[in-house]
Amino acid sequence: MNESLQLWLVPLLPFAGFLLNGIVGSRLPRRLVTAIALLAPLGSLALVLNAAAATMISAATSCQGCGSVAAVTLPYTETWRHPWLAIGPIHAEFSIVLDQLSMVMLLVVTGVGFLIHVYSVGYMKEDKGYARYFGYLNLFLFFMTVLVLAGNVLLMFVGWEGVGLASYLLIGFWFEKKSAAEAGKKAFVVNRIGDFGFLIGIFLLLENFGTFSFYQMRVSLGMNTTWHGGVLTAICLCLLVGAAGKSAQLPLYVWLPDAMEGPTPVSALIHAATMVTAGVYMIARTHFLFDRSPFALSTVAIVGAATAFFAATMGLAQNDIKRVLAYSTISQLGYMFLACGVAAYSAAIFHLVTHAFFKALLFLAAGSVIHAMGGEQDMRKMGGLREKLPVTFWTMTAAVFAIGGFPPLAGFFSKDAILYTAFLQGTLGKVLWFVGLVTALLTALYMFRLWYMTFFGELRTQDAHPHESPWSMRGPMVILALLCICGGWIGIDRFTAYLAPPVGLHRTISSGSGGLEIGLSILAVLMALEGWLIADKYYRRKPERPAQLAAAMPGAYKLLANKYYVDEIYGALIVKPLVAISKYFLGWVVDGAIVGGTAWLLAGMANLSGMILQRWQSGNLRSYAAWLALGGAALLLFVLLFGSPHAWGITFFHEETIHTVEHITVMHFGQAGR
Amino acid sequence: MSLLHQGIPLTWYLLLSAALFSLGVIGFLIKRNLITVFLSIELMLNAVNLSFVTFAYEWNAVKGQIFVFFVMMVAAAEAAVGLAIIIAVFRTRATLAVDRINLMKL
Repeated sequence: MNESLQLWLVPLLPFAGFLLNGIVGSRLPRRLVTAIALLAPLGSLALVLNAAAATMISAATSCQGCGSVAAVTLPYTETWRHPWLAIGPIHAEFSIVLDQLSMVMLLVVTGVGFLIHVYSVGYMKEDKGYARYFGYLNLFLFFMTVLVLAGNVLLMFVGWEGVGLASYLLIGFWFEKKSAAEAGKKAFVVNRIGDFGFLIGIFLLLENFGTFSFYQMRVSLGMNTTWHGGVLTAICLCLLVGAAGKSAQLPLYVWLPDAMEGPTPVSALIHAATMVTAGVYMIARTHFLFDRSPFALSTVAIVGAATAFFAATMGLAQNDIKRVLAYSTISQLGYMFLACGVAAYSAAIFHLVTHAFFKALLFLAAGSVIHAMGGEQDMRKMGGLREKLPVTFWTMTAAVFAIGGFPPLAGFFSKDAILYTAFLQGTLGKVLWFVGLVTALLTALYMFRLWYMTFFGELRTQDAHPHESPWSMRGPMVILALLCICGGWIGIDRFTAYLAPPVGLHRTISSGSGGLEIGLSILAVLMALEGWLIADKYYRRKPERPAQLAAAMPGAYKLLANKYYVDEIYGALIVKPLVAISKYFLGWVVDGAIVGGTAWLLAGMANLSGMILQRWQSGNLRSYAAWLALGGAALLLFVLLFGSPHAWGITFFHEETIHTVEHITVMHFGQAGR
Repeated sequence: MSLLHQGIPLTWYLLLSAALFSLGVIGFLIKRNLITVFLSIELMLNAVNLSFVTFAYEWNAVKGQIFVFFVMMVAAAEAAVGLAIIIAVFRTRATLAVDRINLMKL
């Protein structure tokens, strides 16, 4: 019945693109590089769309003999014949699993991924690392699709590490710039901390379930209905550390703002739409563990809400257009974690999808602005770009209203679903809901601030001559804008129903009432409207006000502008002590004194013995002969006094000879010395 | 039992061998001329040869006799090589004094 969807090609096509462009790309003509770079993700996208169509058909027409249409039921599995790892009874396979969850994720990854590839053709046109850039971008798609399709946690970890590598390579793409290289390093190191937690989680899973496969874990947990908390909480918290590292949550979010050193399309694809949502995806994928541990779930929710709020406040005082968006991404990821934490996984994934649309678009539009401004990223030098960049302006507007949560755009539906589900979760849920509501206001505030500072008023610099971007850049933006507008219309209920097989229904979806939901929605929209009005007042009508406000509250402003000094605190608490330990203890004591000392001691001993022994090496033939004679005499004396070597267990004479020598010795010299 | 005991005792042969060997050692150690030193080596080798044949005769074993031939062969080869070296040394250093030839060191 199940016809092969050839899903293994989804990761491998971009990988082939990576190999071609990565190895020989610099010697190929630019058109060919472009073709390879675009065809690989396009092929993946086509395969995914084909798979989607096949599964939709089988879902819609559950009848027998529906003609020749190939129908595929989910979950659909492809496993490579040969096991990847076989350690005793434990098997890990190259198995890819397509269910509703990975289907949604795949559509986002390959769809948005392909659009951003197209955009990059225009954005990176002048760059000398053109082929290298697309090689890395294809590599990222390879690892990301592996991560999404992985049927076991180990394969997921391979993708997980791989996207981290691609992220590192692309953040540091302009490695001649010191800040870019440093930012890549920072992202990599911070992610290692998270991955360490994830790895421990994987080991605990193996220890307790004896398998890597998500499906088998779910089955064995389903058979053991009384298993709650305990080691499951430990596993979930370890997984949360991993997710927090990858998805830039408190306290490991610090790498994401710095990751903006990479090219803007990279920020759009990796650091907004796809890779950073891997943590949310991982929690949704392992939700059956989290469902058994209320403590871990609450932790996820609190981390998410706190991150959403703090990142939003930090976004208020940034002047770099990309950094505002970076903090906005962290904040929105916090919403997704909040949704996961109240077990509304489908709401989290829904927000993940809509966020992928509008945040990718925001970054692409920001990239278009930066492109138009000749590389300028400081919003204080922008302004009045509305007439100069009409397409950018209108697409950006769609995205701003979508993230702000205005109906009927995508962000409204997903954010509303999250806040509503949070509200239904008891006292803690109400507190988190309130934090989320305030964050919604802050979100609207910083987004409209960006909007006004960029597109309204007068251009505040003379150096730039803004011009609209080429069509390769505008096209993806327009498509994403349409998705921003229409993406939410599918509705949370239909979305939840679709996702129900892999992640389950909301635990309390039926306990609310329609009136309450509408009331909460109106409240959220009012908050967003309030944020808009504040931004309108401060950044359009009275642009001198923010500076006055900052002057009136210098402490608060400095705190926000310096991002709560978190980087400085981490630097003082973690980095500096680590560097000091490395330098003084490991460097001086361990390496210098112990390792180096031992080496010097050995060398010194060899040197000293050489100095002593070289006195024998006089070069004088006679002294050699004298030592030789003395040695022979000493040996002979020794044998005579203490018996034959034979008696000492040493046989370097032939048995017969020794008897002869003994015989002669005894016969002629008596028993002396015996 | 032993054939030697009917004539000259074994000890005498051995004492002669030891005396010859000691003479060789002393000559090797105290003589300055390289050729004399070389002759001393030959003396030691032949002292050893004498004890070999003595024992071979005493125990009626042919191994000792065979070994003497080996030693003689080595001695002949050594004489050829050694004399060649001595000639080469004399040509380059214009001396045969052993204590002047002290290059065998680092």
